Amino acid sequence: MPFKIIAAQCTSCSACEPECPNVAIAEKGGTFMIDPKKCTECVGHFDEPQCVAVCPVDNTCVLDTSLARYQAGS
Amino acid sequence: MGTPMHRGSSSDAIEDGEITQSIAEHKGCGKSSRGGGVRCGSPAGHSDLPAETWEKVKKHPCYSEEAHHHYARMHVAVAPACNIQCNYCNRKYDCANESRPGVVSERLTPEQAARKVMAVASTIPQMTVLGIAGPGDPLANPEKTFKTFELVHKLAPDLKLCLSTNGLALPDHIDTIAKLNVEHVTITINMINPEIGAKIYPWIFYNHKRYTGVQAAKILTERQLQGLEMLTRRGILCKINSVMIPEINDRHLVEVSKAVKSRGAFLHNIMPLISSPKYGTVFGVKGQRSPTALELKALQDSCEGELHMMRHCRQCRADAIGLLGEDRSAEFTTEKLATSDIKYDVESRNAYQAKVEDDRAKAAAKHADLVELAVSLGDTKVLVAVATKGSGLINEHFGHAKEFQVYELSSGGAKFIGHRRVDLYCQGGYAEEGKLETIIRAINDCHAVFIAKIGGCPRAELVKAGVEPVDQYAYEPIDKSTIAWFKTYLDRVTSGAIKHVERGDAAIRQGALIFAA
Repeated sequence: MPFKIIAAQCTSCSACEPECPNVAIAEKGGTFMIDPKKCTECVGHFDEPQCVAVCPVDNTCVLDTSLARYQAGS
Repeated sequence: MGTPMHRGSSSDAIEDGEITQSIAEHKGCGKSSRGGGVRCGSPAGHSDLPAETWEKVKKHPCYSEEAHHHYARMHVAVAPACNIQCNYCNRKYDCANESRPGVVSERLTPEQAARKVMAVASTIPQMTVLGIAGPGDPLANPEKTFKTFELVHKLAPDLKLCLSTNGLALPDHIDTIAKLNVEHVTITINMINPEIGAKIYPWIFYNHKRYTGVQAAKILTERQLQGLEMLTRRGILCKINSVMIPEINDRHLVEVSKAVKSRGAFLHNIMPLISSPKYGTVFGVKGQRSPTALELKALQDSCEGELHMMRHCRQCRADAIGLLGEDRSAEFTTEKLATSDIKYDVESRNAYQAKVEDDRAKAAAKHADLVELAVSLGDTKVLVAVATKGSGLINEHFGHAKEFQVYELSSGGAKFIGHRRVDLYCQGGYAEEGKLETIIRAINDCHAVFIAKIGGCPRAELVKAGVEPVDQYAYEPIDKSTIAWFKTYLDRVTSGAIKHVERGDAAIRQGALIFAA
């Protein structure tokens, strides 16, 4: 399940971007986004998801459960 | 290169832009081997500094109190990311009226920053220092920070480069800092005891892992002190910033002062915590109080024996531009720069700075007269406030002053101990009638206030509050005038005309000083 950034809480500090081992985070027009196709939750790289660990605002990098495959019954 | 020749060998190495930095032992003014009585911050202080140290600080407004009257600095906000969380910091806010360290109006790429530096240096010839201080931590953004320094050094080699960091990543970047001729590094050190650190830092991000509590603070303090030692061993001047947080680290900062002195720090800047619920910081929300003026001064005084104190800090933003008492950042937005033609004129900058040096020499000569004035005034000490626009003169009207400089008068002379903000900017609507009360609260610990001019109403109110308004030294030098007044004050006490009473405490206004553009 990939992580996503809650844009309304993101301060655009860019701390997460260089930490992502999958280069899944990029800035678009001042906001940062995680490419769900590239995110691996850092499994195989680090013990904890790097974007979550470095983000200055709690609960801003969160698991994205909205993708169809994670919905109940799908 | 446009800078004057330096005599010291290590300075020459730096001037020549060589990678080999001096590894000569750093001779800060706080070194015990130099004995006591050294006063970096005082107008006459430079005579006590090693020549090569004075060369480095004489045009840096933050490293020399005397220089801050003449020279300006600018910060470029190229470093948004941070690697630690501090309970006194919240960078989510970005309002033009918001004025705390860690807050900026716009972030720049290194290329935009270099262009901005050229524009500012061309417009403000006394701008001598380019600093990177955030809004996050410069060394948590090493590529952006060092790229900016490289570009600026290429375009304007006469500018001094300066860096402010929390120190966590510092030991990893010492070689690059030395290679790029960054002569000044400030490290924010609030504790050397991890138990205390755990109350200030909720977490750090280090080696791909988030650490919390005492473990986080232990790593942080070890990295900070290690980085400090590595820098001073290379002859790079280090200033230590500490945030004074009452009941958390206030008394502990004396230990911090000792620890950083023993590792070669040059200057210690103890700043009052900026705390208010509206800032949304952990401390602000929890109701952690800021220190009072008296508490701050007492702590600074007790650390002074250890290390020289910076007392002229205005706790500026990470995109501040100008003299320390002003902020001209609104004149140099990216939008405005896009349409302007920038020509970097080293000649006119040098000419201007030569004139500044000439004025400084004259002022220093005048200062020599003072020694004679300041003899045998007994043990009495009083604080006085001064309204000034700079140049060491009493040249501001009471009603126009946005801040007052505070001096301690004693048989040792007039010693600058800090400034008090009285501007009403972004304070949530004080009415005009509340203004005088605000000013009196800010200088309530002073026996007198020196102004160029004052109206009848505020004069009466000040007298009622026990603060003597003094306007007979209008446009005269601060040090000479305040000591002359002090002599008459003591005479009046001796003759029984007045009674000497201790003053109360004063309030420290929150936030850095900025002006509406």
